[in-house]
Amino acid sequence: MIWENIFFGVIAAAMAISALGVVTTKNVVHAALFLVVVLAGGAAQFLLLGQEFVAWVQVLVYIGAVIVLFLFGIMLTRAPMHPEESLENNLRWPAAAASLFLAGILGGLLVHEFHGVEIDLHSPVRTSEVTNAIFRTYLIPFEVVGVLLLGALVGAVVLARRD
Amino acid sequence: MLLNQFLFLGAFLFCTGIFGVLTRKNAVLVLMSIELMLAAVNVNLVAFGAFHNAPTDPARVVGQVFALFVLTIAAAEVGVGLAIVLLIYRNLHSADLDDADTLKG
Repeated sequence: MIWENIFFGVIAAAMAISALGVVTTKNVVHAALFLVVVLAGGAAQFLLLGQEFVAWVQVLVYIGAVIVLFLFGIMLTRAPMHPEESLENNLRWPAAAASLFLAGILGGLLVHEFHGVEIDLHSPVRTSEVTNAIFRTYLIPFEVVGVLLLGALVGAVVLARRD
Repeated sequence: MLLNQFLFLGAFLFCTGIFGVLTRKNAVLVLMSIELMLAAVNVNLVAFGAFHNAPTDPARVVGQVFALFVLTIAAAEVGVGLAIVLLIYRNLHSADLDDADTLKG
């Protein structure tokens, strides 16, 4: 029990520091690499919760594909590779106030609603249960999401094509 | 483990993402902050899924299934978003969102 909490704390601290790095670093490529740490930490938390299918999908889709897309985007827009001052607008303090305001509301709400609620980790979800749910109960949303992905793919190609 | 520790982690990541969306000027960095917010939502969904994980509970897979849908939408969103950013860059020769003010009155 204590080891799970130590694990959680270490990974959560790494995720929090890297998340702050994503939004404050002056180097665009470093932001993408910080995002890798956040997403890998998220996958580790999913494993800790016994939800392994979504953890490995997160590793494959996010770290494998989305980050590579981001790096391509950084290269194709010729973003400055060296540390740069002009990545931020002058809304820093209003934005900090807005996000702290939201954090206060969310934190108060979570303490009020879920204080002391325990998660029982003794029955991890097997992959076969997830796939059964996807291909039975959630078959129609699954197909719709497939069509959406195809549409997004075609749309991205049409948009980015050089005529 | 407490449910709240995961929910607080998700809330922190979400607020960080909002800060990034509001302060960043480069369009690719704004998209990255949006990804941060989507990842935060996934942490929440999976934590609630693990909370309902009694062996006979039909809701025990729902968190994972919803997180998978969010992942799919996030991948589609990044693809289309980066195509639009590329188009903005090609037309304005800058990926700076402050330069894309053609519609400003």
